[in-house]
Amino acid sequence: MRAPRGSGTATGGAPLPLLVPALIGLAFLVLPLVALLLRAPWSSMPGLLTGTEVWQALRLSLICATAATVVSMVIGVPLAWLLARVEFPGRGLVRALVTLPLVLPPVVGGVALLMALGRNGVVGQWLDSWFGITLPFTTTGVIIAEAFVAMPFLVISVEGTLRAADPRYEEAATTLGASRFTAFRRVTLPLIAPGIAAGAVLAWARALGEFGATITFAGNFPGRTQTMPLAVYLALQNDPEAAIALSLVLLAVSIAVLAGLRDRWMTAS
Amino acid sequence: MTDVTKASTPEVPSGEGLDARLVVERGAFRLDVPLAAAPGDVVALLGPNGAGKTTALRALAGLVPLSDGGRLRLDGRELDRTPPESRPVGVVFQDYLLFPHLSALDNVAFGPRCRGTGKAEARAQAAIWLERMGLSEHAGAKPRRLSGGQAQRVALARALATHPRLLLLDEPLAALDARTRLDVRAQLRRHLADFEAVAVLVTHDPLDAMVLADHLVVIEEGRVVQEGTPGHVARHPRTDYIAHLVGLNLYRGRAKGHTVRLDDGAVITTAEELTGPAFVAFPPSAVTLHRDRPTGSSARNLWRCEVAGMETHGDRIRAALTGELPLAADLTTVAAAELDLHAGATVWATVKATQTRAYHD
Repeated sequence: MRAPRGSGTATGGAPLPLLVPALIGLAFLVLPLVALLLRAPWSSMPGLLTGTEVWQALRLSLICATAATVVSMVIGVPLAWLLARVEFPGRGLVRALVTLPLVLPPVVGGVALLMALGRNGVVGQWLDSWFGITLPFTTTGVIIAEAFVAMPFLVISVEGTLRAADPRYEEAATTLGASRFTAFRRVTLPLIAPGIAAGAVLAWARALGEFGATITFAGNFPGRTQTMPLAVYLALQNDPEAAIALSLVLLAVSIAVLAGLRDRWMTAS
Repeated sequence: MTDVTKASTPEVPSGEGLDARLVVERGAFRLDVPLAAAPGDVVALLGPNGAGKTTALRALAGLVPLSDGGRLRLDGRELDRTPPESRPVGVVFQDYLLFPHLSALDNVAFGPRCRGTGKAEARAQAAIWLERMGLSEHAGAKPRRLSGGQAQRVALARALATHPRLLLLDEPLAALDARTRLDVRAQLRRHLADFEAVAVLVTHDPLDAMVLADHLVVIEEGRVVQEGTPGHVARHPRTDYIAHLVGLNLYRGRAKGHTVRLDDGAVITTAEELTGPAFVAFPPSAVTLHRDRPTGSSARNLWRCEVAGMETHGDRIRAALTGELPLAADLTTVAAAELDLHAGATVWATVKATQTRAYHD
């Protein structure tokens, strides 16, 4: 007999073939973040972070990620409802199309957006000639690129919550005189609010870190389309210390969001 | 409901009340149940699981569309194609389905709000309903803080608050424990007696049906097998399901004079004199068991049987017998011990003719 049964700690019972890769995995995830902290130019940080470009990029990132999340909620929640609650032919295909941006390389998404909404794009040429609207290489373009990449996270999360929610509450609401939309608004929506919140956070985080689709569709213009990830990448070419400083700011924002939402997630479930 | 003069026949002249034929086809299953009731009637749909009771209720509410041949009229109004939100129908669901994010008051106010009443007015009405249910002090409570009986009353108040012309109750007492059930059943009975429109309740519990309803419709496999007043159905069961529910031995055969000959050859002597197809029923307590063939018994019916199984039934033992006549017999624990009953034992069963009840098929 090895360690007495029942008295062991969690690690006491873990076999080595699982424990070793588990610890390597942990180190793999934590070490880069630790390295970032170790190499941070703490003494020159204030100077590096006081530049207006940094704050411009951070502000733009937060605004665009939030706007992209709001857009995703406004059109993504109804889409999730459609997928979860309405039987229609080809629903499986539609769901596959919705999830495609999850696995699509973001750069490809950016190119696809250019083809659709670019000045000569399928839709974009009409937007340009009829309304004089140009989307690529604008702040709106950043929001569109981020929403394209981030919305599937929200749709998947909300659809899962909807499927788990009892559709009979909607039935109960209709027997009380509620139209299907009223039933959705007054009963379903409050019931799935935790799922929407979780999906929104996922989408927001994904939008905040968006790089490929953004740089392809919206370019890299400071103050207009240069978000934090683009700024970090650019800084890395010229001024690695600045890149580290900017990365730390993004890390801090991420941790703040995670900490802020932890309690809410715990109580929501 | 205690008023015996109250109409209990399903014949309703066109106009007031419910007049429906509920036809729902779903794959191999077909429900076809005619249903009629006058305002003030409480109709119970009784039947085993899977008989189609809940489907019938959902069809009345509009949650399931009627198939070809089905129709639904309420107070003279055609409702076949009316969506559920436009029907004057209230539903108390089996597990109540109170909206968990709303207080008891707002649950009750939900219906009036949806039907166009202003927020303040709807809440005032809801408060009156809760008061009527004796729940005023729980008005602000969320459903998860209510007991089963309280939740049931909130659900009833919610359904009544829209002033339905048809109230549907799906297994209204099934979610409650035995002790609460007794109270809630009595309260529900009072509220249903006060209700001026048609009420239809679905249950698989004969006691609920007998206490709450004044007309019973028994459904098996999507079809009506028997209907009538609770008392009549209980005394004259026409299927094994009902006979078992009300605790009777039931046989079908041909009557001639004071005897009924069953299809398998067994003969039962009865007190009534009948001719033609007939049912015979007697309670398990009417059966007397003997280990040896009785000689001095005055009982007119005597069968040789074998014990198939035994189970306790309250303070008595119910023995299931096979042999010349399959039957259930009740006896005391002492009697069971004295007779040395065990599975496989041979016994003689006697039943007095006066203890049986024969009636036409």
